[in-house]
Amino acid sequence: MIADETEKSRQLTIYGLMAEFAEPEALLEAARRSFGEGYRRMDAYSPFPIDGLAEAIGFHKTRLPLLVLIGGIIGCVGGFYLQYWVAVIDYPLNIGGRPLNSWPMFIPVTFELTILVAGLTAVLGLLALNGLPMPYHPVFNVERFQLATRNRFFLCIESVDPKFNQETTRRFLESLRPQGVYEVER
Amino acid sequence: MESEQFNKPSEIEAAAPVIEPGHTFASVTDKISAIVLTHRTPRFWYVGFGLSFMLVLVLLFGIAYLLTMGVGVWGIDIPVAWGFAIVNFVWWIGIGHAGTLISAILLLLRQKWRQSINRFAEAMTLFAVACAGLFPLLHLGRPWYAYWLFPYPSTMGIQPQFRSPLVWDVFAVSTYFTISLLFWYMGLIPDLATMRDQARRRFPRFAYGILAMGWRGSAIHWHRYEMAYLLMAGLATPLVVSVHTVVSFDFAVGLVPGWHSTIFPPYFVAGAIYSGFAMVLTLAIPLRKLYGLEDFITLRHLKNMGEVMLATGMIVAYGYLMETFMAWYSGNIYEQYLMWNRMFGPYWYMYWALILFNILVPQALWFRAVRTNVVALFVIAICVNIGMWLERYVIVVVSLSRDFLPSSWGMYSATVWDYAIFIGSIGLFVCLLFLFIRVLPMISIFEMRELVHETEEAK
Repeated sequence: MIADETEKSRQLTIYGLMAEFAEPEALLEAARRSFGEGYRRMDAYSPFPIDGLAEAIGFHKTRLPLLVLIGGIIGCVGGFYLQYWVAVIDYPLNIGGRPLNSWPMFIPVTFELTILVAGLTAVLGLLALNGLPMPYHPVFNVERFQLATRNRFFLCIESVDPKFNQETTRRFLESLRPQGVYEVER
Repeated sequence: MESEQFNKPSEIEAAAPVIEPGHTFASVTDKISAIVLTHRTPRFWYVGFGLSFMLVLVLLFGIAYLLTMGVGVWGIDIPVAWGFAIVNFVWWIGIGHAGTLISAILLLLRQKWRQSINRFAEAMTLFAVACAGLFPLLHLGRPWYAYWLFPYPSTMGIQPQFRSPLVWDVFAVSTYFTISLLFWYMGLIPDLATMRDQARRRFPRFAYGILAMGWRGSAIHWHRYEMAYLLMAGLATPLVVSVHTVVSFDFAVGLVPGWHSTIFPPYFVAGAIYSGFAMVLTLAIPLRKLYGLEDFITLRHLKNMGEVMLATGMIVAYGYLMETFMAWYSGNIYEQYLMWNRMFGPYWYMYWALILFNILVPQALWFRAVRTNVVALFVIAICVNIGMWLERYVIVVVSLSRDFLPSSWGMYSATVWDYAIFIGSIGLFVCLLFLFIRVLPMISIFEMRELVHETEEAK
């Protein structure tokens, strides 16, 4: 029991184990096999988006479109109300008895503000959901990882995964025939 | 003969692919990032930057003089109170539109060839919109009160008039600038991470590192990133159409003959894309030559852009034709006089130069030999740039100079300060572009890797 505890805490001193691949197809295959093996806390890193990679590690849906929709609705309603408030409540101008709530004239600004708020939500929401900016991340401790933005593909199984065990996980990763397996320091 | 004709298009496609064969993930990365990181800054860069910076100084001097003396130093007066400032504003905004079209609309249409030109086309958009924004601001006369255009809780107790297209313009242009900036920056994040990892010296590593915000290419991040990119494209597409529509409302909502017309929005949007693609070609042709990027910006790109120019140019020609037809068909003497005045009045040479540069010269694009001839494309692109500027001059100045009452007619001629600020704004645009190609990757590296991947898969 005690030996088990120390083993687990020793394992947690590292962030995880990382395997390097030379081809996007190899990474995709490795990600699928790791998920099939029962690993859940892992991430794949690639220099360009690969179709189906996020799904392969068990990430299916992002909330981003919903956030953007909400942002767009806020921009639309807020934009129209801003003009309504200005033209009808705060600063009404009687121009030849024309209606104060001349809504067709408010459409262009309503539209622009819809796009503005939705667009801001899309970019800021992307950064927020991705947890960026992030000044420090353990994966950068691996020397070879700087190739992740050039031509190499990485799969990292994290030590917080319940199935993680330094020896068996290493053996499993090596069975995927990677270019190399590295320990990721915290 | 017939079979030869049939084979021709596929031969052209094969001869001019989107990316030249033989490139790998590493080679595209190294080639594009090396332009910024390791190559010696070429001599033409110093010459080009130096010359354009001199024009920036002309701009600053022009603005300083303008602010000291007031807008009277320009040629504007009653009846022509808009003059160069608005001509240049519409011209610059129009140029910007091609960048958004390439990055957003062509993305939605799944046009793979956009990937090597979208980055610098977006940069071009940003700088063109910045130049455009300068003019209405300076035209205010007292630009330090520009914030009065926004609704804010002011102690004066007044509010902007939301029924005015000029206020719509403020919202359209500022939204356009913000969204273009965000779109561009978002597209840059993965490439900034590449630059961070490729840089060998301390300061560039640090600077790109800060700007990349810790991007690490995680699959989950990419998943959200692609979604966000698609959403931004979907938002930017109606936006780009709306911006020039609103710009055209500045005219169409007015009652001046030659402005008060429902054809303005579509014909302005087509004209914007037309001039924008002309500017992209004007920039892409020398850039690919000087930096040896013929592998990435191939003849196929130039040919496609020539085709877009031809299509939008024909829409613009239709617009001119309809303006003339409607002037006659409406039976309205003011509209009829306006048309006559454009063609044979005191500014007749502007109108005919416009027809020459915008309509006649680009007809050469019907020929494939012209569309695949780099020099010819460059010359036509320059002609269209000039032609589109003349178009706005004809719309703004000729209409205002002679409206309904002959007693209120007047002539307009630009002063040296008009020219100084106009040429200075071109200098600012070019100068910003030179800075951009010096410090940032001018072609989207990660999208080129995707392209390499896709061409490999297709084999």
